[in-house]
Amino acid sequence: MSMNTVGRPTRPEAPQGADVNDYVHPTLTGARGLLQDEALIFELNAWDKTGVDLPDAPAADDLGDLVRKAPIGLPGLSEPEAVRHYVRLSQKNHAIDLALYPLGSCTMKHNPRLNEKMARLPGFSDIHPLQPQSTVQGAIELMDRLAHWLKTLTGMPAVALSPKAGAHGELCGLLAIRAAHEANGQGHRKTVLAPTSAHGTNPATAAFCGYTVVEIAQTDDGRVDLADLEAKLGDHVAAIMVTNPNTCGLFERDVVEIARLTHAAGAYFYCDGANFNAIVGRVRPGDLGVDAMHINLHKTFSTPHGGGGPGAGPVVLSAALAPFAPTPWVVSREFGFKLVEEAEGPAAQAFGRMSAFHGQMGMFVRAYAYMLSHGADGLRQVAEDAVLNANYIKARLGDLMSPAFPNGPCMHEALFDDAWLEGTGVTTLDFAKAMIDEGFHPMTMYFPLVVHGAMLIEPTETESKQELDRFVTALRALAGAVAKIKNGGGDVDRFKGAPYHAPLKRLDETQAARKPRLRWKPVAAAPLAAE
Amino acid sequence: MRYLPLTPQDRADMLGVIGAESIDDLFVDVPAVARRTGVVDLPLHAGELEVEREMLALSRRNRSASEGPFFVGAGAYRHHVPASVDHIIQRSEFLTSYTPYQPEIAQGTLQVLFEFQTQVAALTGMEVANASLYDGSTATAEAVMMATRVTRRSKAVLSGGVHPHYVGTVETLAHAAGVATDRLAPAIDAEDAVIAAIDADTACVVVQTPNVFGTATDVTRIAAAAQAAGALLIVVTTEAVSYGLLKSPGEMGADIVVAEGQSIGNGLNFGGPYVGLFACKEKYVRQAPGRLCGETVDADGRRGFVLTLSTREQHIRRDKATSNICTNSGLCALAFSIHMSLLGEKGLRRLALVNHQKAVKLRDALAAVPGVEVLTPRFFNEFAIKVPANAAELVETLAANGVIAGVPFSRLDPTAGLDDVLLVAATETTPDSDIAFFAKALTKVLDQ
Repeated sequence: MSMNTVGRPTRPEAPQGADVNDYVHPTLTGARGLLQDEALIFELNAWDKTGVDLPDAPAADDLGDLVRKAPIGLPGLSEPEAVRHYVRLSQKNHAIDLALYPLGSCTMKHNPRLNEKMARLPGFSDIHPLQPQSTVQGAIELMDRLAHWLKTLTGMPAVALSPKAGAHGELCGLLAIRAAHEANGQGHRKTVLAPTSAHGTNPATAAFCGYTVVEIAQTDDGRVDLADLEAKLGDHVAAIMVTNPNTCGLFERDVVEIARLTHAAGAYFYCDGANFNAIVGRVRPGDLGVDAMHINLHKTFSTPHGGGGPGAGPVVLSAALAPFAPTPWVVSREFGFKLVEEAEGPAAQAFGRMSAFHGQMGMFVRAYAYMLSHGADGLRQVAEDAVLNANYIKARLGDLMSPAFPNGPCMHEALFDDAWLEGTGVTTLDFAKAMIDEGFHPMTMYFPLVVHGAMLIEPTETESKQELDRFVTALRALAGAVAKIKNGGGDVDRFKGAPYHAPLKRLDETQAARKPRLRWKPVAAAPLAAE
Repeated sequence: MRYLPLTPQDRADMLGVIGAESIDDLFVDVPAVARRTGVVDLPLHAGELEVEREMLALSRRNRSASEGPFFVGAGAYRHHVPASVDHIIQRSEFLTSYTPYQPEIAQGTLQVLFEFQTQVAALTGMEVANASLYDGSTATAEAVMMATRVTRRSKAVLSGGVHPHYVGTVETLAHAAGVATDRLAPAIDAEDAVIAAIDADTACVVVQTPNVFGTATDVTRIAAAAQAAGALLIVVTTEAVSYGLLKSPGEMGADIVVAEGQSIGNGLNFGGPYVGLFACKEKYVRQAPGRLCGETVDADGRRGFVLTLSTREQHIRRDKATSNICTNSGLCALAFSIHMSLLGEKGLRRLALVNHQKAVKLRDALAAVPGVEVLTPRFFNEFAIKVPANAAELVETLAANGVIAGVPFSRLDPTAGLDDVLLVAATETTPDSDIAFFAKALTKVLDQ
């Protein structure tokens, strides 16, 4: 029995020469201890059940042949069955409440439950987007206050709240830029520049807006190549899109110069604000010359990621772009707040509407509660601790793994390449899967694309030193196992077949893509529910 | 600061390990001109009690739907959500997990998405569905873009029955992408006008049923006309509960179905977060936007689920991707799926019938009010009435009398000239006594 550094027993080690697969014997039912093998709801034979008590109602009135007659094919579960089904499924998920979740560029930080409680107050959760504005003054004021915080923290004069996610915010920013060019007789500008290290959403968004994307080269120290930028700027360029801090986890040192060159060429500077958490309270993007930047409320201001969404992506805008902000927006009036749903006002040149209603109100409530909790002082500390934690990871792993940019500090995430794995047969993917067996969610892999076999680790500010040390200990142990392989001994199967201790072993993604099965299909037609 | 675990001693020790003198050393790459030394001009941190007090004060200045008679719909609907739905979505492993990029430790989320996709496909009568989009309106815009990729044409015909905010969302994106839009005039029955507007350039026809005036339509004839002209039919639904009673869009020949899924499992939330449903014929799936979950096996041959067909997505195809989106509405989709599982086919059909019954009662009560005319011939749980007044002013007056009466059409489209049209909705949450109260209040207000 081996012991980890805090003295807890870990799993027994396999005897020398044993096949790693022998560690786990298949069980008779497919369950593993308390982890149940959970069927699909469609396989529970519950076609005639319901877990909701509803009164009988008379047949439909005046609907004639519009009434559905064929069976739909939906099973129902009684309440205890439903609760058990979903709780069992939940046990097969990793989550930030279980352990460090070091996904670079995703910012998985603690989700305070106070925010959940606030979002569920009936005055926020049970109000309709189209009820009279006189009956929702508190909600509109909350939007106004949130806007004030975002504008103050970024040093920008305007904000559009309605984008529903980071990528939707990018779209909003580029649409404002496009509208500004069209209004200024510059509609011929059809190119957007983006660094090779950009988030994939940046080029996708630009293309969606009808732009051609041209890549800007990167310097050896992971920043935008100014000479290449200058060479590619011209009166055909509508905007540049730069992430700052960038996806290599570095601050763009020349950002002020980037903005100056961009503006001199008549283009706008879009900043991808996915990494705003690294600088909040310490740097205002408005001071850097940014024209538009989305803020992922779910990242910087911690709203739960919920298995991939919902997010919220408000966009701050410079004075030049402010008139083009989409509807709706909030204005403060003598007798209260007004939500302006159709463009009005002398300067308004709104480019249109981003979605049906006013944005992710549920996320606004959570983010605002988070802001109030931290305050101006706490938010500054957020950036400092996020950066400190990432540099600590980099320092503690830098001797065994290979930092992609060893010189100088990183910001809120530490980037490694796979040079240290060379010659071992272990890939970034294998190493990541082996981390699962040690109880950690893998880091972001193979992104950014500019670094070979990239491993991007973002601990965030809500990790304690003790949790970071636990993580470092596990990674150093794994790196030690890699070193053994390098020296001719060691167990490459530990990596190649990992994970062994997750609910499932490695999944066949190729088969899933080659023969897509995107829904359950009945063997025979599902019986119609009896009424 | 209760959310930040590092102690001053931790920070000092960690700086020592890093080899930095102070935290400022870690920010050396920030240009001096942009470094801020003090705190920004905002309030300082507050304890949980203080935050709660401030938020509660704000929330109390809103009148929630459950406080009294309430008849607002037009794209978002008040329904009862079983308590277990919110309980389950608040489980840490669902609430605080991320996009399932590591399927071995995300099977909970992935199986839910697979079940959700199956439920949505069944409800809409389509072959496949994705793992959700932001909401119904953005899903509609994505569907239009998808239709232009499939047909290689660049014009969309938008029926006058489509929610004006959805039309606005489509127009925004279409303008940017160089897609022409033919927006037809608002109409309670829009069928013939839509068919007449189809031509050889039409990539898609967008119709809504039940439409923004509540009209439930059989779109079979429009589907045939669109497809005969080589265009796709996109059917929009803003009230997903209607699928429990009405013939599905798939049965009527839709090529793509998009819907707002808020009605099932999700609260009103002042407009978001909601959940966009997206379903289509299988042959178009590689052109579909958003996330897809697929079934596969693990190394031991056990069934498992993964995100798949990601070759369509922005992280691989970048500027050639089917859309720029990289998240879905995972948690809202989970809520939808749990509520749907609790209802089952039996419960959904009953829920839909109760909704329809309540709306019929509301129609009968309002039709009896002097001067009021019911405009919508066939509806599910919402319809339009014509009032002998300015509907927007009427709604304000009724709010002052305790009734949240509905949505004046002019709020959705001020240019339509339909200032006397009011959209009203009833659901299973509407007591008969509230319907009577509304009719009485309306009679009184109109009489004044």
